[in-house]
This record gives sequence, C-alpha cells and structure tokens, in this order.
Amino acid sequence: MALQDVSGFQDTPMSHMWNSPASLSGPMGDTTPLLDMADERILGWGRFKSSERDGGVPLRFFIPPPQSSVPFRCDNRHTSLSSLSTSSSPPTRRPFPLSHGTTTLAFVFQGGVIAAADTRASCSGLVACPSAQKILPIHSHLLVTTSGSGADCMLWERILAREIRLYQLRHGRRLSITGSAKLLSHMLHPFKGTDVCVAATLCGWDVEEVRVEEFKGKRVDRMGSGRDDSISPAKRPVEETVMSTSDACSQDDLTDSACERTRHAVTDVDLTRSPVRDRCGPKLFYVCSDGTRLQGELFSVGSGSPYAYGVLDGEVRWSLNEEEAISLAREAVYRATHRDAYSGNCVDLFHITAQGYCRRDREDLREEYHRERERVLKRGKEESEEDKK
Amino acid sequence: MFATQVYGDNGKMKEYHYTGPVEHRFSPYSFNGGTVLAVAGEDFAIVASDTRLSEGYSIHSRDSPKCYKLTDTTVIGCSGFHGDCLTLTKIIDARLKMYKHSNNKCMTSGAIAAMLSTILYGRRFFPYYVYNIIGGLDEEGKGAVYSFDPVGSYQRDTYKAGGSASAMLQPLLDNQIGFKNMEGVQHLPLSQEKAVQLVKDVFISAAERDVYTGDALRICIVTKDGIKEETVPLRKD
Repeated sequence: MALQDVSGFQDTPMSHMWNSPASLSGPMGDTTPLLDMADERILGWGRFKSSERDGGVPLRFFIPPPQSSVPFRCDNRHTSLSSLSTSSSPPTRRPFPLSHGTTTLAFVFQGGVIAAADTRASCSGLVACPSAQKILPIHSHLLVTTSGSGADCMLWERILAREIRLYQLRHGRRLSITGSAKLLSHMLHPFKGTDVCVAATLCGWDVEEVRVEEFKGKRVDRMGSGRDDSISPAKRPVEETVMSTSDACSQDDLTDSACERTRHAVTDVDLTRSPVRDRCGPKLFYVCSDGTRLQGELFSVGSGSPYAYGVLDGEVRWSLNEEEAISLAREAVYRATHRDAYSGNCVDLFHITAQGYCRRDREDLREEYHRERERVLKRGKEESEEDKK
Repeated sequence: MFATQVYGDNGKMKEYHYTGPVEHRFSPYSFNGGTVLAVAGEDFAIVASDTRLSEGYSIHSRDSPKCYKLTDTTVIGCSGFHGDCLTLTKIIDARLKMYKHSNNKCMTSGAIAAMLSTILYGRRFFPYYVYNIIGGLDEEGKGAVYSFDPVGSYQRDTYKAGGSASAMLQPLLDNQIGFKNMEGVQHLPLSQEKAVQLVKDVFISAAERDVYTGDALRICIVTKDGIKEETVPLRKD
C-alpha cells in the first residue's frame, strides 16, 4: 500500500538484523551503505528477536537520497552510481529553526545528586515555550537533564527509557547508571555528523542490586532494611515511580530520614569521601551526540553554562548539606538566566538520594529578581547610613 | 546577525534587488501561510484556523481551512507547507483506523499526540514542514491542547498559537488567557462563550497585521456532545 510505504509502517512482526554502527550512516558520504538504503529509502534499526512486535512504531528514519543537480529524478534506483558517488551534497535545507538554548546543571555531594535547569525553550529569538521541562525522570533513580534540540532530546530520552526498561525485563536487574550512559552514547553514535544535537547529563544513584550474586543469602535483609519494597525491580514496574508520594515530602523529612536510611541501604559507601568511582552511590555522566561520554562530579550544559560554572566552581564541595546544595543550584540557575538571553522563566530542581528522586516545586525566577533588587536597595541604604556616621 | 542574510554584497536587499548570480537549488518545501490557534477550557476545546492558502505574493484559495477532524473528541490544526499537511493528516487517519481495528477502541487525544511525535521524528532528516496543534478532550473530559514543533517535540498546554501569525497572537493569549504579567487581576476560568469571542477577536487582529492570514475563520468547538463548526468572515485583502 502506497500510504504504508510512505509512513514506513509494517504491521507484521519484523525480523531485523542488528545493524552494526558501521552500516548505519547519515546522509553524508558513505556511498556503499547508502546504496542499500537508497533502494529502500528507509533506514531501519531493529532488534534481535523476530517475535517482538514494536507496536507499530519502530525506530526508523527516512533519509532523503542525496540531491543530484538534475531535479525530478523520481526513481533513484536506476540512477547511475556516478550521481550517488559525486556529491557529498548537503541534505535538504530546513526552512525552519529548531529550539536550542538552555542552562542545566548537576553536581554530586554527600547527600546525593542535585539537578537543576531553567524552563525556557527558545527558537531563533522567540520563546517557543516558557514552561518546558528539561529534567526528565527515567526511573526512580535516574534523571536526564536535556539540552540541545528539544525534539531530539525528548525522543532520545523516550528511546533510552524504553531500552532501560527492556534491559530490566530481560535481565531481571536494573541497568546501572554507567551502563545507561554507555547505552545512550552508543545509540547516538550512528548519528554523529548529522545535526542531531543532544547534550544530556544522566544523574542517578546506583543501588545495591548490582551486587546481587555476592550477597544472595542476605539479599532479602538488605532490601528490606529501611528501604521501600517498591524499589525492587522484579516486583513493580519502573513506571510507577513511588517518588510521586515523596514529591510532596518536605525538605526537613528528607534530611532527617535520608541519613538514617542511607546508612542501611548503602553501607559500602564511605560518606566522608567522594565515592564516585565505586560501584554504587551517586553518579553523574555527561553524554553528548558528538560522542563524548564523561563521568564527573559537576557538569553544566547549555548556553548559560559559563555563568553557572562561575557560581558553582566557587562553592561546590563534597561536604555541603542539603539546603546549601539546593540554594546553590538555584542561585547558579538564577545568575545564568539573568545573563543569558536564551535561558529564563522558571527553575526546576531535583534531588536524588538512595531512596530515589525528590522534586521541588517549579519556582518563577521573576520573584527572585524582585527580591534581589530589594536586597540591593536595602544594602545601598545601609551603607549610606553607615557612611554618614 | 540577520543583516548579513538580508543584504547582499552591493548593499541592496536580496529579496527585492539583483545582488549577483545565485545558484538556486530545488527546494522541496514552500510556505503556504495560515495561522492555527487552540484553547483548552474546563470541559471544551477550541481549534480555530484561517482559511487562506497563499504562496509568495499569490493567494491560491480563500477556502482552505486548516483544521482537520480526527476523532469525535480530537481536532488537529496544521499550518506550514500544505503538501506536507495533507500527507500528514492522511497518515494520521490511516494510523487511527489501524489502531481502531487492532485495539477495538478510538485513540485518545494524548495517545494521538504521542503517536504524532514519533511520526514527525521518523522524518528527522527530511522533516514535515508542518506546525501542528492538537485540540481535544482527554479521558477525563477536560480540554487538552498539544502543540508540536516540526520535528516532533511536543507538550500539553492550555492555549497555543501556531503558523505565520503565531508570534503576534501568542503574547496576546498569554495576557488574556494566562493572565501573565498582570497585577491585581482575578483569575477567572474561561467560559466557552468568552473563549469563542476571544478567538474571533484575536484572529481579526491577526488578519490586520499578517499578510498570510485572512479571508475567513473556521472555528471547531469540541465538547462531549461532539464537534461544532462555525465560520466567520475576515478581511479579504
């Protein structure tokens, strides 16, 4: 059916070969694989198992065949090899801009990971959306802060969440944060050189299940002591983030009980030093569509990141307590939104601990700007009074 | 930043003067104008569009509405390149039918939005040049508006304007429906009559200032009783 071909839809179970990254090429260069694709006109990316149904929406991309200088060449199959091999002609130029510009930041400290971002989605000078969500939870212990092109980030985060969930169902344990970062990086690799623009930081907490084989006898005890049963992946699906109840948790509750529960759940972590190199504990990764994958303790991404780095580099320490860390993150985003035109509106703040993530209410920075002005005026008045004395 | 694109080497504007030889490549896209607007209320949703189809300095048609009915509870407004709008709506219709036959129920507005997002992203490297806005009722019967960018990024809103006059209409809607940046104003919920009147006023303003918007206004009001359509004349010049 012609319409089915155009939409790339196939409602029969697909038996795809796993395409190695080498055979997946973008619309530039690489004539040999492009020949196969020019025949089909569809770039396919499937899974091993032929019995698996994708629900009708596989990850398929339509790559236009390279433009030859003669227009209206409908049937590229019969076009000679020469026209395909001559040009590394640029892909079809888009007549519209895509959204870019942001400030996101994340850092690790003794109480977990803090992730903060602004909420402005801009599109070549216009604010496309003043209340975009740039920090997307994947499961109870993993968040992704997204920066770059809005559509790319949204879709790739969905794909990543799907792959992590499939991994969990197949292997009975949750993929670690390190593994998730590697997975995202490898999934983005075939699109290096195209204009897919994704710069994400994966913030999360690796939990004890990684060591299941070693502690088989004690596993139930460890899981049970002080932690909710809901964290156990075999029992509950990932989508039911229990943190919906703890979203309303106040900061005080978290500080008190978090320390206590942390002691039970993550006994291997030495709280006096930075444990980022250990198997479990807080983790922070930066993954970019140009192939970068870095582990670290502090990242800021986006057009406002230089301003955020300026604020954070002076103050971030391992030994911050929770209120200080939250107010520091908020301050960094606020300063960045003040100076960067492409960041603004509100600030979203998330805090990840061993129990999962906890979300603060979205805060409009306009109020903060007014409070700041009042503070400055007050200080000016006090100083002038002192001078008089 | 934009001046280098607008002016050629000899100081003349590229769009109106001859500034030197230029290689023209066949562009598969063209811009057919039009504005779409959607507003979500407590138990209704409104999708409105003008009916002018233009290209460059010409008007192809004065009666080409840009709202398309998808299901009994969902209407989509598509503006941009008309060829891609038509194909996209055909694809969505086909996918809706397939879903209905496989799952024995109609797609909900949220599901249609998610599906459209993946359809659009499937053409990430040769996008549909369409600005979509879906308006309809969600499972609870409340109004829902989903706005898209051409490559599939979407989110749920209360109101959104898309198309050629979107930059003019969106601030007005922010002020009148979102009560943004207004001090000491009571935030009253929007009634259906007030919303329809607001949409008419807003499009009259758009037709005044945007050359690609005008001729007539088609309003689709989605309630639990079905979809009602209304046509209002606009400036024809």
